[in-house]
Amino acid sequence: MRFNINGQPMEADVDTRTSLLDLLREHLELFGTKKGCNQGACGACTVLVDGQRINSCLALAVQYQDREIITIEGLGAPGSLHPLQAAFVEHDGFQCGYCTPGQICSAVGMADELARGVPSYVTADIAAEAIDVTDEELRERMSGNLCRCGAYNGIIDAIRETLAQAASADVKREAA
Amino acid sequence: MHPFRYEPAADTPAALALGAAAGAKYLGGGTNLVDLMRETIERPDILVDVSRLAGDITLDDHYGLIIGAGVKNTAAATDRLVRERFPLLSQAILAGASGQIRNVASVGGNVMQRTRCLYFFDDAARCNKREPGAGCDAVEGFNRNHAILGASPACVATHPSDMCVALAALGATVRVDGPHGERDIPIVDFHQLPGETPQIETVLRPGELIAAILLPANGVAARSSYRKVRDRSSYAFALVSVAAGLELEGDTIVDVRLALGGVAHKPWRAFIAETALKGGPATPAAFRQAAAAELASARPLRDNAFKIDLATRLIADTLEKLTQTAEPAQ
Repeated sequence: MRFNINGQPMEADVDTRTSLLDLLREHLELFGTKKGCNQGACGACTVLVDGQRINSCLALAVQYQDREIITIEGLGAPGSLHPLQAAFVEHDGFQCGYCTPGQICSAVGMADELARGVPSYVTADIAAEAIDVTDEELRERMSGNLCRCGAYNGIIDAIRETLAQAASADVKREAA
Repeated sequence: MHPFRYEPAADTPAALALGAAAGAKYLGGGTNLVDLMRETIERPDILVDVSRLAGDITLDDHYGLIIGAGVKNTAAATDRLVRERFPLLSQAILAGASGQIRNVASVGGNVMQRTRCLYFFDDAARCNKREPGAGCDAVEGFNRNHAILGASPACVATHPSDMCVALAALGATVRVDGPHGERDIPIVDFHQLPGETPQIETVLRPGELIAAILLPANGVAARSSYRKVRDRSSYAFALVSVAAGLELEGDTIVDVRLALGGVAHKPWRAFIAETALKGGPATPAAFRQAAAAELASARPLRDNAFKIDLATRLIADTLEKLTQTAEPAQ
């Protein structure tokens, strides 16, 4: 099967039963994506497919050929961290770090959902064009990612700061 | 996982041809089916991938809104037409699962979800749904999450979907395609109560595939709400949920829609409460009485008697809050 992962064409000889998560870890040696519950309950395996966050443990790899897959390795690297990675370090957004790749991929996907005006269960006016980004919104939208160390406050701080920086960069760009 | 052949379907006729084979199952987003296959509870020989079939949301003169079965949950909840005309449906979809799962799960797959009863998932336990005639370990087991309405000695599992509760309240219709053509099934008749055959969960016939959900226009959109009570504030299945809609003329109830989740083998349309309320006054006392009448037939198990009181209060409180929302703009 042929895949497009982190901008690279990749090939693997895998069974139809192989999950996208096992493809990444066991066949392509991309160990950044983590296996937690392996049943869609914890979010540790979150990756981006065509820009949208998904649980790679619930995805059969065979269904994801010819899709644009981004893992944590594709977001940043030592020396060139993604802004969210830097913010997680700055705000103590992790302790053991096991859920962190999933948290960060999920937050990248969530930021895109916010920008597209995707509502959430706690959005007061479901038909509103723009979302008021409160901490309650962020927590609801990140509820698919568990952190058993309980670093949630740091995670929310990191995400809030990164979103604010991106918004102010947008304003500056428009003003220039 | 049982070995299977993977067959992507390019269009509906191709899907139906592939789906007619013995041992074939349709694969949408896979968020429930893949999980069940990994536990070997589902063991299809052929997976017919229908995730690439067209999934559009279109306005229709006759039906109101038509949502293609392949539309992803996030896309359905975000769609402008759905948010403006059926906000109850958006809310219910967004109350379910997580952002990651909603991005992948299809509307058709949401309707076809199987129960989250832990005894159904545990192949060391007895389960009539998994193995007809084996017995049910939930009836005498840990059954806090189980059904209080319409259950049978053979099965006390609940239907897990939030979306379907809203669809039941909205009077939606499920359009299916099959080897013998297309047919429309009201959502309230689509899922079945367990009776003696809990392994049969829907009226779908072999080889049939959900094509779309049809939503009739309604007068309750402006006063509607989905409320879900669960053990944590997000990303958990409902203990009890309610989809409610009210249409008022002054203080008189012109139309009312009520459906419950987390209480039965299917999304539970509360027809008894609706009939009691229609044409009457929109008062807290009337809401409480109607809710109590709906729950009169409830039969609790060891651990879930709390659901009767919870459902009664949730219905009454949700309706009362709806009377307090601002007069809908005309």
